[in-house]
Amino acid sequence: MSQRPDAVVIGAGIVGASCAEALARAGRRVLILDSSFAGGGTTAAGMGHLVAMDDSPAQLALTAYSGKLWTELVPDLPGNIEYEPCGTLWVAEDEEQLVAVREKQRTYAEFGIEAETLSPTQLAEAEPHLRPGLSGALRVPGDGVIYPPNAALALVQRAIANGAQLREGTRVDAIGPREVLVGRERISCDCVINACGAEAAQLTTGLPIVPRKGHLVITDRYPGFCHHQLVELGYLTSAHTMNAESVAFNVQPRATGQLLIGSSRELVGWDGTVNRAIVRRMLDRALDFMPGLALTSAIRTWTGFRPATPDKLPLIGAWEDTPGLWIAAGHEGLGITTSLGTGQLIADLIVGATPAIDPAPFAPARVHATAGVS
Amino acid sequence: MTGLRVDFYPEIVAADVAVIGAGPGGIAAAVSAAERGLRVVVMDRGLEPGGQIWRHKAGAAATPEAQPWITRLAASGARTINGTSVVDVRPDADGFEIIAESASRPLHIWAADIILATGARELFIPFDGWTLPGVMGIGGTQALIKSGASFAGKRVVIAGSGPLMLPVAASLADAGANLLLVAEQARRAAVAQFATGLWRTPSLLLQAAKYRVRFLTSSYTTGTWVTAAHGVDRLESITLTDGRRTWRHDVDVLCTGYGLIPNVEIARLIGCEIREGAIAVDNRQRTNVDHVLAVGEATGIGGAPLSLIEGAIAGSTVGSVEAPSGHLLRRRAALVGAAGRMLDVFAPREELRSLPHADTIVCRCEDVSFGAVQGAACARQAKLYTRVGMGPCQGRTCMPALDFLLAWQADSVRPPVEPALVSVLSSEVAGEATPSFPLTSSVGEAYQ
Amino acid sequence: MPRGGQSRISIVINGDRVEVPAGITVAAALFNLGITALRMSVSGEPRGPVCAMGVCFECRVTIDSRPHQRACLTAAVDGMHIQTASTS
Ligand SMILES: Cc1cc2nc3c(=O)[nH]c(=O)nc-3n(C[C@H](O)[C@H](O)[C@H](O)COP(=O)(O)OP(=O)(O)OC[C@H]3O[C@@H](n4cnc5c(N)ncnc54)[C@H](O)[C@@H]3O)c2cc1C
Ligand code: FES
Repeated sequence: MSQRPDAVVIGAGIVGASCAEALARAGRRVLILDSSFAGGGTTAAGMGHLVAMDDSPAQLALTAYSGKLWTELVPDLPGNIEYEPCGTLWVAEDEEQLVAVREKQRTYAEFGIEAETLSPTQLAEAEPHLRPGLSGALRVPGDGVIYPPNAALALVQRAIANGAQLREGTRVDAIGPREVLVGRERISCDCVINACGAEAAQLTTGLPIVPRKGHLVITDRYPGFCHHQLVELGYLTSAHTMNAESVAFNVQPRATGQLLIGSSRELVGWDGTVNRAIVRRMLDRALDFMPGLALTSAIRTWTGFRPATPDKLPLIGAWEDTPGLWIAAGHEGLGITTSLGTGQLIADLIVGATPAIDPAPFAPARVHATAGVS
Repeated sequence: MTGLRVDFYPEIVAADVAVIGAGPGGIAAAVSAAERGLRVVVMDRGLEPGGQIWRHKAGAAATPEAQPWITRLAASGARTINGTSVVDVRPDADGFEIIAESASRPLHIWAADIILATGARELFIPFDGWTLPGVMGIGGTQALIKSGASFAGKRVVIAGSGPLMLPVAASLADAGANLLLVAEQARRAAVAQFATGLWRTPSLLLQAAKYRVRFLTSSYTTGTWVTAAHGVDRLESITLTDGRRTWRHDVDVLCTGYGLIPNVEIARLIGCEIREGAIAVDNRQRTNVDHVLAVGEATGIGGAPLSLIEGAIAGSTVGSVEAPSGHLLRRRAALVGAAGRMLDVFAPREELRSLPHADTIVCRCEDVSFGAVQGAACARQAKLYTRVGMGPCQGRTCMPALDFLLAWQADSVRPPVEPALVSVLSSEVAGEATPSFPLTSSVGEAYQ
Repeated sequence: MPRGGQSRISIVINGDRVEVPAGITVAAALFNLGITALRMSVSGEPRGPVCAMGVCFECRVTIDSRPHQRACLTAAVDGMHIQTASTS
């Protein structure tokens, strides 16, 4: 970049890509740096479920807002992002969960998110390969699926079309006041955005972000095997509770006809090897809900690290310890969904526009506030 | 078909030695180990023991070279499990747990030692039209003949590289094929030099001459290769070149392939060191991982006689501190030298790097073109952006080609090392399940 | 064992009942019947066997209602139903 950038975005994962896209669209000169390549981090491992999630009102606000932005943006993105408006079915195993399903429906309604309760018969009709005897489900038709690495790449390309520059294979060694250091190179700018996902704390000490490992299994192509992203209602508990390990039933029909089977959560540091015991538990859970999966062929497994925060909300906003530094990281298992909302929030805060949703619950300052307590 | 009943109790087998692969190397290893009184299990994806070279039709007799070994294997006490794909190997306190899929069921083998005899596969270099039905591997054609396919009257050209072309040409001629041409890409001078070298191993020279006699009516040419295959829904003709002029042949079948590459995926999964594409072993066939040995083509392309000796070395020493016999070691040394000379002669020529064009498919599973991957910085980036190598063959066909074309290093290996039923990867205590069979007749047909 | 000592079995290929020698693989049986296209690729191209040893996955057919079975690794069994991509 011949001219000094206004903003340096560190990390070209889906979150950094979205920040860069929004800032470039707002007329800022953006430089994007990534130690590997766009979408090659956790984004490459993500399932790509665009989902409204209600662990907290703030989470629902951000996911709903982001979902709306995705719906608007998708028509302008290339076909290789493989968007499928398949909707979500939150599956209830028993009457107790069905009560929760109805509550969930009310909560969603308050946020203007369309959702309907399916009876056991309707559920069996919608997804014949689910086991019989389930109690029903909540169908959220507005949810969808994308292929994350190409979505990140598409966002980066849009940023580039608006004048941004991308430097891949470039590791940032340190962030200073209104500058970043790459080896001996010092790049000064007005603002720096740390969008390094699970690795964000390595550049900004004090960020409470830890890697939360997940496994996925993908099958060969079985088009029509299932029609919605299927998630057990217990998934929220699995995601919410910071247990050493947990699994939940989560199956996604890919645009290719492949089935993506999840999900697991483990706190094991940066060990990315496939944990066979967890894969077994995860597949057992999937077979419990969909016995017919037993005879589908699994062609590949992989792992990824969700950037997890203690309160399950991402850190989006200014980092007061370092002048000019902004944080956009810690999106745990929702970063594909919430990337667009995050990018827009960051851009609005930086250019001084009024954000569409309240940014306060995501302010990184809350970390300082709670630091003394825990 | 609905209500197919499948029980998913894994079969569990305990052994002293698990041999993965039942070609000459694996059979020799299994026989030597079992004859020492060890409990040996030898497993192979194929339907009968013998591997690629000793392949024979189920129920039919094997070739004269193979039959004594197959008889000896049967008498040795080793347990042979065919039609079985190893999908995962994990170290355990007392050895290894090997997870395999056998006749759609999980099979778990516990073994103290492993002998990898995973053999080799062919290297293919993509060219326009290579995806047409009728374009087959050279070894693939041999395998198809041996499994009962009839090539009588078929117009065939063999164009590729390496000594494998000779026996396949001979088999095709014996099978009544109309073998139009055998085209070796290596230069005449190099092939002549190789043939001269064969004097040092008279048995190999005799073998080569015997093969040639069987297809004497067909022409054999060097310095010639295929640049394109043509046809609508199947192969109709091919274009050949010798670098100066090009010409066409109408054919039903093209056999192509540029030599063999070791199958090292399971070795990489276990953490064995790979050197120049093959599993690195010491003079007792030990890999760098304790209790894991490797023999045969997976440790470097050397042919069946070398595989047999390596198998005997591994089988006679596995699980003990005994040194292999000096006689075996000397024979191995002689054969390793001959194999090394062969590889240099048949290395694919530079011109083959420009065979694929931007729209030539390189990944046959996902139909990804060469142009789509050319700009990528590494295999992993290309895989994520284009899905190259992400299909069920797990990149076994395209990635070696892209290694040749773009010098890409193979990406990581993770379980399953071969597609496996979800039930095989799920819990070992899953017990019985009776899924109503998931796939209505319309499902899956669009994308077989 | 009838006819020349080689027993024959009957299988169903794309709805048609045919007799093939016992011990033959599905890939070889299809080859002998002149069926060259075993599957449709993801972009709709016909494909047939390449490696015949279970590596390339180009020979996938539907066997007894189960898709994605490698024809080259499957022995034809009496009564087996095989569906290839191109039934025309
Ligand atoms: C198994 C699994 C399933 C998931 N499923 C879903 C889902 O269905 N829906 C959903 O919404 N979310 C899902 N997620 C979560 C989602 O993938 C993540 O929240 C999201 O990808 C995080 O994006 P990111 O841009 O913050 O991080 P990343 O994608 O990791 O990007 C960070 C980038 O920063 C770069 N970087 C790091 N350090 C440096 C440095 N010092 N200098 C330069 N560059 C650096 C890295 O190379 C990387 O490219 C899933 C996650 C996992 C693991
Ligand atoms: S022909 Fe290659 S897997 Fe069957």
